[in-house]
Amino acid sequence: MSEAMQNYVPGTHPDMPPPVGQRGVALWMRKNLFSSWINTFFTLLAIYFLYLIIPPILNWAVFDAVLEASSRQECRAISSGACWAFISERLNNLVYGRYPNTEYWRVNLAFVMMLIALVPVLFDNVPGRKYGLIYSCAYPFIAAWLLLGGFGLMPVDTDEFGGMMLNTVVGVTGIAFSLPIGILLALGRQSHLPIVKSLSVCFIEFIRGVPLITLLFVASTMLNYFLPPGVQFDLLLRVLIMVTLFASGYIAEVVRGGLQAIPKGQKEAADSMGLKYWQAMRLIILPQALKISIPGIVNTFIGLFKDTTLVLIIGLLDVLGMGRLSLSDSTWNGLSNEMYVSIACFFFIACFSMSRYSIYLEGKLDKGYKR
Amino acid sequence: MNTTAAEHGLDDRSSLAKLWTNREARSVILQMITITLVIGFIAYIISNAITNLAEVGKTFSYDFLGEPASYDINQTLIDYTSRDTHLRAGIVGLLNTLLVAICGIILSTILGFILGVMRLSPNFLLNRISYVFIEFTRNVPVLLHILLIHGLIVHSLPHPRVAKDENVLNLIFFTNRGIYAPKPSFEPLFWATAIAFIAGLGFTLWFRAYAKKIQDATGKIYPVFWIGVCAMLLLPVIVYLVTGLPIQWDVPEPGRFNFRGGMVVIPEFLALWLALSLYTAAFIGEIVRSGINAVSHGQWEAASALGIRRNRTLSLVIIPQALRVIVPPLTSQYLNLTKNSSLAIAIGYMDLVATIGGISLMQTGKEMETMIIVIAVYLCISLMISAFMNWYNKRIKLVER
Repeated sequence: MSEAMQNYVPGTHPDMPPPVGQRGVALWMRKNLFSSWINTFFTLLAIYFLYLIIPPILNWAVFDAVLEASSRQECRAISSGACWAFISERLNNLVYGRYPNTEYWRVNLAFVMMLIALVPVLFDNVPGRKYGLIYSCAYPFIAAWLLLGGFGLMPVDTDEFGGMMLNTVVGVTGIAFSLPIGILLALGRQSHLPIVKSLSVCFIEFIRGVPLITLLFVASTMLNYFLPPGVQFDLLLRVLIMVTLFASGYIAEVVRGGLQAIPKGQKEAADSMGLKYWQAMRLIILPQALKISIPGIVNTFIGLFKDTTLVLIIGLLDVLGMGRLSLSDSTWNGLSNEMYVSIACFFFIACFSMSRYSIYLEGKLDKGYKR
Repeated sequence: MNTTAAEHGLDDRSSLAKLWTNREARSVILQMITITLVIGFIAYIISNAITNLAEVGKTFSYDFLGEPASYDINQTLIDYTSRDTHLRAGIVGLLNTLLVAICGIILSTILGFILGVMRLSPNFLLNRISYVFIEFTRNVPVLLHILLIHGLIVHSLPHPRVAKDENVLNLIFFTNRGIYAPKPSFEPLFWATAIAFIAGLGFTLWFRAYAKKIQDATGKIYPVFWIGVCAMLLLPVIVYLVTGLPIQWDVPEPGRFNFRGGMVVIPEFLALWLALSLYTAAFIGEIVRSGINAVSHGQWEAASALGIRRNRTLSLVIIPQALRVIVPPLTSQYLNLTKNSSLAIAIGYMDLVATIGGISLMQTGKEMETMIIVIAVYLCISLMISAFMNWYNKRIKLVER
């Protein structure tokens, strides 16, 4: 060893690796899991907890699961694990509700067109964004035609809407139509006109103070009384009206946050250029305010999308309602865990990816405003 | 003064235009138009409602509140039978709503703080467990949580007939009809214990003020917390023992089909309470995490430079500042929890919506009246919670020079 050391000219000895325990996995574990007695205790506790939780769940959901069977008895005869055969048999129902089989392509097309319509709204660097936005504004009417039929397509009754499609319809319509109302309410709340301001505040506080379920009850039991005699809206339309009003209360608060974040100088600069109130709002204030409130709008949408499951309480068959209906089928009786867990996974994937997008956007916008 | 008609017209126009360019006049006109439109719209829908109600032969009255409700409620905090009135059924429902809301707020706050602190922990495993739990829980609809937990309780826990073996010390039994636990009944002498507790509380409050005075004057610190615990717990326990254990416990006994005696926590309450608490706790966890993160690291360093110990830094420097960030969003979570408790109707927990807005509505056909009551009550609860939180917020607000 001393011979080897002599071979080096002073100062040219290569860097030696850190000693074992100070590098790689060992260092990471020491730093993150066993840095102190308390930490070690918690780590062991967590490992024990995971040992208790994970193997039974994996066994139930994966190793003992039954993928093909025709009834609950058959499933249980094979193993006691999850009976995913039930879900795969009911998948079409869960996605499309009672929509006619031959017309599924219309729902799929409407969904793909919705994704395309979202691109110019959510990403500001796509080419031809101006024309894209016109398409996005026209989209709700195209989708309504595709889904409801008429004008050359087979008409479909709204009673036949259901499953995830219904959740998406209620959620997207609610957000799309609540945006303009919410913006007006937010402007009203910021207004200098006392009556306009107090009306906006009353409406927003009322909407935010009552649970959505009471508004849905209003839609299902008494909204028709408020319409002119002889006019009847069908249940889905009434629900859409109430959900839109509900969402507009929340959107208004999000947009107000955006408006408050715009420095006062912007409004004063617009005034000094001689712009009128609506010109200043349309050209200067709102474009900036809406841009920074997009993450909040996405979060509101996530909340609303989750809340669309509430329509099952007034008898619409959304994905959860369809699931509950399938549970009452005597061949598949009692498989509630499988059903609820798969619907939960669907919502998790949808909402989690949306929230990731909103976090990404927040980071991006934050960068733009930091100097 | 011989002006022509044309000039008159011009004059009129310009005075109208002047009115429009005048800021104050314009705002008055705009508001007049707005309020006319709003009042007109409300009058229109009310007149529609009157016509439509008359057409189906209904009248608007609250007389039905005095009529017998004739339905049963599975959890009653006050005495109630099916012969009682709709009003009393509604009050029972309201109390059930408040019970689950208050229990939910307490449990979700505790769980949420634990989750938030775990999320900040340097321990990799704790951090990840908290992260996965928070993300999964808050991205799934609360109604699904309620149904899932209710399904788990009803399908996984044993029937009362076979539940005798699954118990804690033969006192608490877990069954699919609820959790059976001993029920306390208080004997007259129990008031002595209650008075001892109140005396302990009073002593603690006085001692805290006294210790603060001493600390301000001399810098000497008393262990106020431990002395308070002794006064509030030890004293009542001693009195309780001395007066000869004046609480009788009514222990549930396994019967042929169900348990006799004791008190029962029904599965509907349990499912709703756990689901609301877990769902809200996930949101509170994120709020707590961002609140503690919002206190800059310099505060820790400044405190240690002043020689303040770590736990005192936490309680005197970090937490008071973090609370200022945490409380406003926490308020809205409490409000959300209270509003979400209305989903009880999905599993048959008889809350306000399920009693007055559900069965009473179906039986009497009074949609308007019942929905107005339900909405008004929820608005009152919401406004009360936010008023309380605003008061609290003002109290802990940063006092700036």
